[in-house]
Amino acid sequence: MTDAATPSGVKKTSFFKALELDTRLLGMIGAFVLICVVFNVITDGRFLTARNIFNLSIQTVSVAIMATGMVFVIVTRHIDLSVGAVLAMCSAVMGVLQVWLLPQTLGLGIGHPLVAPLTIIGGLLTGTLIGALNGWLIGYQRIPAFIVTLGGLLIWRNFGWYLSDGQTLGPLDQHFMLFGGIEGTLGTMLSWALGVVFAVAAVWAIWRARAARIQHEFPVKPIWAEVTMMGIAVAAILGLTAIYNAYEMPIGRLKRMFAERGEVMPEGFTASYGMPISVLILVIVAVSMTVLARRTRLGRYIFAAGGNPDAAELSGINTRLLTVKIFALMGFLCGLSAVVAQARLANHANDIGTLDELRVIAAAVIGGTALAGGIGTIYGAVLGAIIMQSLQSGMAMVGVDAPFQNIIVGAVLVFAVWIDIQYRKRTGEKV
Amino acid sequence: MSTRGTPLVELRDISIAFGGIKAVDHVTVDLYPGEVVGLLGHNGAGKSTLIKCLSGAYQMDAGEIRINGEKAEIHNPRDARKYNIETIYQTLALADNLDAASNLFLGRELVTPMGFVDDAQMEAETRKIMGRLNPNFRKFKEPVKALSGGQRQSVAIARAVYFNAKILIMDEPTAALGPHETQMVAELIQELKAQGLGIFLIEHDIHNVMKLCDRASVMKNGQLVGTVNVNEVTDEDILGMIILGKKPEGVAS
Repeated sequence: MTDAATPSGVKKTSFFKALELDTRLLGMIGAFVLICVVFNVITDGRFLTARNIFNLSIQTVSVAIMATGMVFVIVTRHIDLSVGAVLAMCSAVMGVLQVWLLPQTLGLGIGHPLVAPLTIIGGLLTGTLIGALNGWLIGYQRIPAFIVTLGGLLIWRNFGWYLSDGQTLGPLDQHFMLFGGIEGTLGTMLSWALGVVFAVAAVWAIWRARAARIQHEFPVKPIWAEVTMMGIAVAAILGLTAIYNAYEMPIGRLKRMFAERGEVMPEGFTASYGMPISVLILVIVAVSMTVLARRTRLGRYIFAAGGNPDAAELSGINTRLLTVKIFALMGFLCGLSAVVAQARLANHANDIGTLDELRVIAAAVIGGTALAGGIGTIYGAVLGAIIMQSLQSGMAMVGVDAPFQNIIVGAVLVFAVWIDIQYRKRTGEKV
Repeated sequence: MSTRGTPLVELRDISIAFGGIKAVDHVTVDLYPGEVVGLLGHNGAGKSTLIKCLSGAYQMDAGEIRINGEKAEIHNPRDARKYNIETIYQTLALADNLDAASNLFLGRELVTPMGFVDDAQMEAETRKIMGRLNPNFRKFKEPVKALSGGQRQSVAIARAVYFNAKILIMDEPTAALGPHETQMVAELIQELKAQGLGIFLIEHDIHNVMKLCDRASVMKNGQLVGTVNVNEVTDEDILGMIILGKKPEGVAS
């Protein structure tokens, strides 16, 4: 969708060809840049401030984490309508665990260091088990995923409601709160250190891939193309780190932090938030899921089963067990998202994650995951989630009326898929 | 035939029914090393169903499969692969969204010591075997849906040949191919035969049967009409078996 006829069109094509970049990815990045620039102009530069980018990222994490799992679900020609409800269920379990069960019933007391880990384990386990149950019903009992998860949409949120007596649960454990975003950031030094580690890892990965191809005497990209790719990766990683490090903590918050330690804040002292822990979790999830998709047998089988279920079966792949694994993974990610979402909102309320199933599916689809199966990328889904969230936040900043916000998001979803279909027609792919 | 020792494969008295319809009805066929046995019959005669019992795609209701004289338990495609049985399905059974190497190694990926799939190694092996089977093949990086019918066929054949099959099942391997590619498949069959593989060949083209097969087993309505040595009969005899279900007189099998 980027191949608009420009005077330098010919040269551009060969440049991008040499980079072997996914044109669909370029299109999405282009759309994202456009959204950012437009909102930034309308809001007189308030959209692209460190503070807004920080907030945008911590709002995106929960949906983005689930969207990576939804890619696998949709790639295998299934759908999961229950992710928002499962998130609410996991959140209810964790709310009950950290507010009632662990500190009171089990008598650990408030602020005990074991409360957060046990709570998180409980939430992740709940999600994984619900997902595995969904997978079993779909894979072994042959009930369509649409039906199983449509039922789950009704069941799990209300199960959570029942567990929590419909109460809003809080305040949350202080360690647990670290996963929400603003309460848990890495600070300047650690953020830079991590940024450098990620940048080095990206360069190393590109270099390794090239070395492997040279070893087998396969054709490789020209060296300048590889270096360009490395440069883009490093610039993106360090750029984002710099933005997080540019967001300074308000004076009041700093004074409070010093006061808590019984010290007095020195005059002129400043500190930045740095990278939020929740964003770090998203990065780890996205990288792990990409490795899973591309470098493991499980990932290969997921895409094979999506491309041709019969072929996968005839190749000796246990496609039923595969379905269980995919949905269990989806459930696990719902649990993880519940940790982030609950910690960000600082309590459990029964409406947590409402309509998330639609945001998650939309993120995956905007990110290029084909509902017909077999096609989809993790980075696409994450980018899809970011695009959706920027649209929503941007419109809220500009002051677009609430009904129009949803109308526009809905229209963008349909438009994105239409663009994708046109793009595939042009490149000769079957739609 | 008793002078030839133990058959490589014996399908004894195989029956399988789908919802009361007997797709395969007490059929017995066998296959020796270095032999090509043609399976013939009209559409719906039960040929594909019969060999799917051997390849593990279907489970037979009754009967026995013997490999090298010993009873074999084949419940799924994985079991069949353990007995070095490879199948080229009529539909090719390729995952269209994956490249040639991923399809060739599907279910049997080469992995690095870390346990990750070794794409570079698999591509190298694929280039090697395709260099032998189809030297013009170039599209190693593209999903197989971008390939022509013949190229797709060669990927499916490469998958069956690569893993040292002892028993090869080919379900109409030349149906989608042009004359040149058909000739290549014919040469490959001769080569594999010379290496001592046993091949079941499902084929509609009677000339290919006469050219490629040593014996032909004809099925009609799920039952075995008979098995004949191809060089002892004419193509009219075989057509008679297929169409009328009648075995020519005075022909040993």
